[in-house]
Amino acid sequence: MKTAKSLLSLAVVATLGLTACEQASQPEASQAAAPASGEPTLAAVQELVRGNGTEPASLDPHKTEGVPESHLIRDLLEGLVNQDGDGNIVPGVAESWETEDNQTFVFKLREDARWSNGDPVTAEDFVYSFKRAVDPATAGPYSWYLEMTGMKNAAQIIAGEMPADELGVKALDAQTLQIELELPLPYFIQMSAHTTLKPVHRATVEAHGDKWTQPANFVGNGAYKMSEWVVNEKIVMERNDQYWDNADTTIDKVTFLPIENQVTDMNRFLAGEVDLTYEMANEHFDRIKKDQPESLKVTPYLCSYYYGFNTKKPPFDDVRVRQALSYAIDRDAVANFIVGKGEYPAYNFAHQKVAGLQVDTPEYATLSQEERNARAMALLKEAGFDESHPLEFTLLYNTSENHKKVAIAIASMWKQTLGVEASLENQEWKTFLDNRRNGNYDVTRAGWCGDYNEASTFLSLMQSNNGNNDQFYYSDAYDSFMEQAMRATSDAERSDLYRQAEAQLAADMPLAPIYHYVNARLVNPKVGGYPMNNAEDKLYTKDLYILE
Amino acid sequence: MFKFILKRSLEAIPTLLVLITITFFMMRFAPGSPFSSERSLPPEVLANIEAKYGLDKPVHEQYFSYLGGLLQGDLGPSFKYKDYTVNELVAQALPVSAKIGLFAFAFTVVMGVSVGTIAALKQNTWIDYSIMSTAMAGVVMPSFVLAPTLVYIFSIQLKWLPAGGWNGGQLRFIILPMLGMSLLYVASFARIMRGSMIEVMNSNFIRTAKAKGLPFRHIVLKHALRPAMLPVVSYMGPAFVGIITGSVVIETIFGLPGLGRLFVNGALNRDYSLVLGLTILIGSFTILFNAIVDIVYAFIDPKIRY
Repeated sequence: MKTAKSLLSLAVVATLGLTACEQASQPEASQAAAPASGEPTLAAVQELVRGNGTEPASLDPHKTEGVPESHLIRDLLEGLVNQDGDGNIVPGVAESWETEDNQTFVFKLREDARWSNGDPVTAEDFVYSFKRAVDPATAGPYSWYLEMTGMKNAAQIIAGEMPADELGVKALDAQTLQIELELPLPYFIQMSAHTTLKPVHRATVEAHGDKWTQPANFVGNGAYKMSEWVVNEKIVMERNDQYWDNADTTIDKVTFLPIENQVTDMNRFLAGEVDLTYEMANEHFDRIKKDQPESLKVTPYLCSYYYGFNTKKPPFDDVRVRQALSYAIDRDAVANFIVGKGEYPAYNFAHQKVAGLQVDTPEYATLSQEERNARAMALLKEAGFDESHPLEFTLLYNTSENHKKVAIAIASMWKQTLGVEASLENQEWKTFLDNRRNGNYDVTRAGWCGDYNEASTFLSLMQSNNGNNDQFYYSDAYDSFMEQAMRATSDAERSDLYRQAEAQLAADMPLAPIYHYVNARLVNPKVGGYPMNNAEDKLYTKDLYILE
Repeated sequence: MFKFILKRSLEAIPTLLVLITITFFMMRFAPGSPFSSERSLPPEVLANIEAKYGLDKPVHEQYFSYLGGLLQGDLGPSFKYKDYTVNELVAQALPVSAKIGLFAFAFTVVMGVSVGTIAALKQNTWIDYSIMSTAMAGVVMPSFVLAPTLVYIFSIQLKWLPAGGWNGGQLRFIILPMLGMSLLYVASFARIMRGSMIEVMNSNFIRTAKAKGLPFRHIVLKHALRPAMLPVVSYMGPAFVGIITGSVVIETIFGLPGLGRLFVNGALNRDYSLVLGLTILIGSFTILFNAIVDIVYAFIDPKIRY
């Protein structure tokens, strides 16, 4: 009898678990979230509080560029496609799409998609929104993203050479949207999950201008609608009952807090006021891991941490100097002991968790650190630097405890193995950016995060014509690999070109990759459905739920 | 008195103008722009944004058009918070800072004056020593140490009070930030009050009062307190402005939507109009409260008449 009873309760647990999984379509995560004993039932109160880093610059998807804004807009507005917990593309407003040549895409929109005021979401809404995104009058800081997708005429419209109406986007009927690109782009669908490609409600925008994002005016098509916005305190959203998938949404109310300070974020989590922090301070990681491992979630995060060399400035125009400095960095020590949240030691630029990326480990990475150091010493000597004539330069970084620790560690590695004198200089963010961009540096700290889950989001950075190539790296071979990759007709061909491009970077070493990021945050163990494999951290509140 | 107020108001105008001018040009000459970010903007995108905010015009033209707007009470659009104008941001943040500031200020003055008076009257006893050493600790303890300590004790361990948030300014959300903000000033007020009270108690007119056989309570409250308050009052003006506007650390730690955070984020983001707007506001406050202090002086110091 006892066995039968426990079998029964096991079955109940399993069923309930499955129901929860289906609701949130996150099987692994929800099982992990379910308590080991007792029955996982949903809590009566489904309200979530999320730390969100900082006050958003705007809630207009065509005027934003930051991560906190994206987190908010993801819940308020829905684009053509969404991502699931593993970063796969899943239908959003578009229920299906097709393309024959990767250049013309036809999206079929679902008929039950509604704005929060009850209006249907139509193809015309997307046409209006995309045109608005590139219109110079909108002055969107991310309008270039549409240019990057190669949407027809986007570049000319942004430059003011063509009217916005010429954009390659058309409503074939109310439910059918056609997008034309200048060139075939196999990963256009991945790119279309981006915030800049979210729709806005035309009548609302036209009626209220810049004020359309105020809670009283806001009309959205996401799973949530805004109910309160206090600048620098909170943004509160409530379930949008017009949302097409409202029946599968569990959380009723979500509050986003713009908490800038990581320790404050953690304290408010510990006081039970926040369910999900934005990040996690390095210095508290070990303690939390020991005290409450069940609250800690560490996931890969598509950002790379690296040191860039000013390749225009002697002696960093000498590849041997760059290689020597790069080889002498003990990445394992930095990743494991300096940052230590599970970051991946890096030898390639693109984050290793980028979907479908297959690159070679550079040859130097296969050596032991002692062998790398020996090689670094030889290279530096060849370049004309030794004890009597040591290499001296300034290492620039933006003011932050973490960057400082990494800089101190690496400078001492250089000093010990190579006798190099690197003096450290930290600058406030905007000053730092200005100097880096203008080449007023020797070696600089840098980081880069992917806009979409495809290697070009990283690798295009080092093309000679890229405005963010702050290393002023110029290589005909590299440029050519990247241009060919744009035109590659198969995934295999493109992947091979990326492999060659990374190999070229490892040889020329315009930058020294140091580590690939993870995203560590505190998550209330009662929150289920947390995605453990979405490397872009695209977290949809509608996919989460709160257990008893 | 009216003449005095008029004179002070007229004096304020050139002071503010100088302040505006210096801030305007210092912001423009700071490296970086409101629109520089990790991803550099393509030149044509940047040009569109600059045109929208009028940054494509020559600097002197921007300056005069800003002054023109200012005369009509328009502080311009925020460059960072694109969905708001500076007027709207200030209108949201000022009441928060004012409320928490008034609480902290009232607490500071009452506590500082009473504790300082007690220490003075019990001069060189253990009461005096313990009050003054606590005050010394208060002065040297930075708020970024004090506030998290308060949070650790009262929010995380005891769970009595919230660790942050504002919630329309409910009392339980105010207590910890108020303590975090005022303890430093309480300490300063107590030290000033003690020194001044000791001096007054040793003066001739108090000796006369004692000789007349007046009760001690009467001497302290009726005769000593008023003159002893003078240095405290002159410190009140800057302390009040400091509490209301300079509480960046406390606002950050407790997530309060006040002026301090706007100011710092404005400066970090090179939000020219927001920083200018707040500078003008804080400048006006400083001038205003210094004037109020002067007026209050006239009431409590018989030697001063305007």
